[in-house]
Amino acid sequence: MTKVIKAEGLSKAYQLGDFGTGTISRDLERFWARIRGKEDPFLKIGETNDRTVKSESDIVWSIKDMNFEIEQGDAVGIIGRNGAGKSTLLKVLSRVTSPTTGSVKVKGRIASLLEVGTGFHPELTGRENIFLNGAILGMRKAEIKRKFDEIVAFAGVERYIDTPVKRYSSGMYVRLAFAVAAHLESEILIVDEVLAVGDAEFQKKCLGKMGDISKGEGRTVLFVSHNMGAVNSLCTSGIYLKNGMIEKRGDIVSVIQHYNSVNQTLSAANSSTSSKPQITQVVIDADEIINGNLKCTVFFNSPFVIDSPNVGVVIKTAFGNPVFGTNFKLHALNHTNTPVQCGQATLFVPDLPLHYGTYLLSAFLGNDQTDFDLKIDYLTFDFFPKNKLLHQYNIEDIGAVQVNADWSLLAEPFNHSN
Amino acid sequence: MDQLANKEHWDIEISAKSSLLDLKLKDTWHYRDLLFLLVRRDFVSFYKQTILGPLWFFIQPIVTILIYNLVFSNLAGIKTPGVPAPLFYLAGTILWNYFSDCLTKTSTVFKDNAAMLGKVYFPRLIMPLSIVLSNLVRFAVQFILFIVLIGIYYAKGIVLIPTTIILLFPLLIILIAALGLGLGMIISAVTTKYRDLAFVVTFAVPLLMYTTTVIYPLSTAITKYPKYSWIIKYNPVTPIIETFRYGFFGKGDFTWGLLGYSSAVTAIILFLGIIIFNKVERTFVDTV
Repeated sequence: MTKVIKAEGLSKAYQLGDFGTGTISRDLERFWARIRGKEDPFLKIGETNDRTVKSESDIVWSIKDMNFEIEQGDAVGIIGRNGAGKSTLLKVLSRVTSPTTGSVKVKGRIASLLEVGTGFHPELTGRENIFLNGAILGMRKAEIKRKFDEIVAFAGVERYIDTPVKRYSSGMYVRLAFAVAAHLESEILIVDEVLAVGDAEFQKKCLGKMGDISKGEGRTVLFVSHNMGAVNSLCTSGIYLKNGMIEKRGDIVSVIQHYNSVNQTLSAANSSTSSKPQITQVVIDADEIINGNLKCTVFFNSPFVIDSPNVGVVIKTAFGNPVFGTNFKLHALNHTNTPVQCGQATLFVPDLPLHYGTYLLSAFLGNDQTDFDLKIDYLTFDFFPKNKLLHQYNIEDIGAVQVNADWSLLAEPFNHSN
Repeated sequence: MDQLANKEHWDIEISAKSSLLDLKLKDTWHYRDLLFLLVRRDFVSFYKQTILGPLWFFIQPIVTILIYNLVFSNLAGIKTPGVPAPLFYLAGTILWNYFSDCLTKTSTVFKDNAAMLGKVYFPRLIMPLSIVLSNLVRFAVQFILFIVLIGIYYAKGIVLIPTTIILLFPLLIILIAALGLGLGMIISAVTTKYRDLAFVVTFAVPLLMYTTTVIYPLSTAITKYPKYSWIIKYNPVTPIIETFRYGFFGKGDFTWGLLGYSSAVTAIILFLGIIIFNKVERTFVDTV
């Protein structure tokens, strides 16, 4: 395979805070150092970018010393928390800004979609904006003309094509903008979370189109998203960024797994002391949820012996709709009514029949009569069923449960003359 | 062997440093369609949802010269020897407007287009070039007005005889555009981080008009203020306006020396402007 992107020692520093009278003296100092051929004195004091930690220095490395290679036809998912450097990396790769040090070498044309509808002018009609936006993205006029009908059909805005786009609904606006970008002919396509717009039907269309681009046409795609389902189904490999550095690089499943284990609240502990029994920790097994199983352990502690303990777990969708619940009473324990004071209860559900999605977990500790401790929506996790194809359905629309269903179709004979 | 050679070939290299004179002209040429679409956008969106439409291109200079005529010619009594005052003002005004529009628009090009420039790559030079071309369209429309006015005076019997210097007209347009563009690019570089200069531009450019010969002939300035008239004389815009008037009216203070001086200054400013712009466009997104 040929390499199409090669990054060596790629770094980008940003200055925090406000620019004003205070910064000009420093700019002069840096300028003076540069004309004498010396190293920039302020980059030495730069620190890795952890937005949560307060620091003296106001220079941060948004991305620092990145080395990676991407091969032709790869679909690479770039994941990481907010501020991990994903967007900065895409900006550098799409040449919107220059790196502070290091370099990237690229083979072929790059088209970047950091935002849809860049350069759309509200006063111009849809038709005029297709040409303008296409040209901004690097298409020639003839190329746009050739694809014009296709673009309009994809966006589904035929009727409004000669109306100024300021009269469009925001959904139509986005559809048109994405349609232009989707018809770019470049060897490398960079996409930054533009799919978080439009209705469910259009999102599905966009994901489908992106899949065609990477799988069908053999083009290289770099995709940044927080939607792990979309990343999982579109990408073959992944880069997980943390504080501006590459934390993990590899096949997409292992990268997501790593990301999940660090970034979802797969475990939460409660350190406060109390006179009543309480849940001290709840842990979800990261390796199991990526393989379609649910394994979760509830740790608890009590100042006194609980005669007939009851531990429960409720799973809800991210929107808070309950999906199922279980406890010792509903799914009886092997040895019920064991008195305990301190211990752990482990729930295991093999082949959990749920669709891909983000779920919340609540845990409960009690006995026959009373609730001792409730941890509502304590943990958040992404569940990956073994059937990967189902990403395009949203569990909030179709429900979370996967059933073993059988369809049959009986075609009635029909009259051709009708 | 073939594969080995292929391995070493890269189309784009993105790195921290680049040559100051690497203008990416090939890239810019590839994006020429964008340049024309941007010019079209500016032209079309200018008069969208107006009743008078493109007529507004005429109304502004007509009203301006009427006021100038009233204030400077009638009230202040500044003579415009040999040329009807409105025609004299119009010649100066359309050239000055072209210069100042290029200058002010270019000086805020990064700030005004930050949303677009921050999201997608295209050769940045396209943006100031589109400003110069958009304003050229405007200038062309106003130039038609100028020709019409000459025709009106001709019909009234006031005949102005052009000189062969009129052939320099294309050069004059290039000079005035290049001067506005170059100065604008120099200022744009500073205003991306520190906006102070943007404030200076908004009030200084209209005032600067009085140091050029838009509303008075150079000869008047020299006789009235012999001590300070060098400010006006060596303002690089002045020789351009004077040459223009001399070409079209046969009246004016044209010398090859001053025009040569103006061309040299313009060339230096444009060169500096391009180098500075080229340096700033690489990282302006971080500071604008």
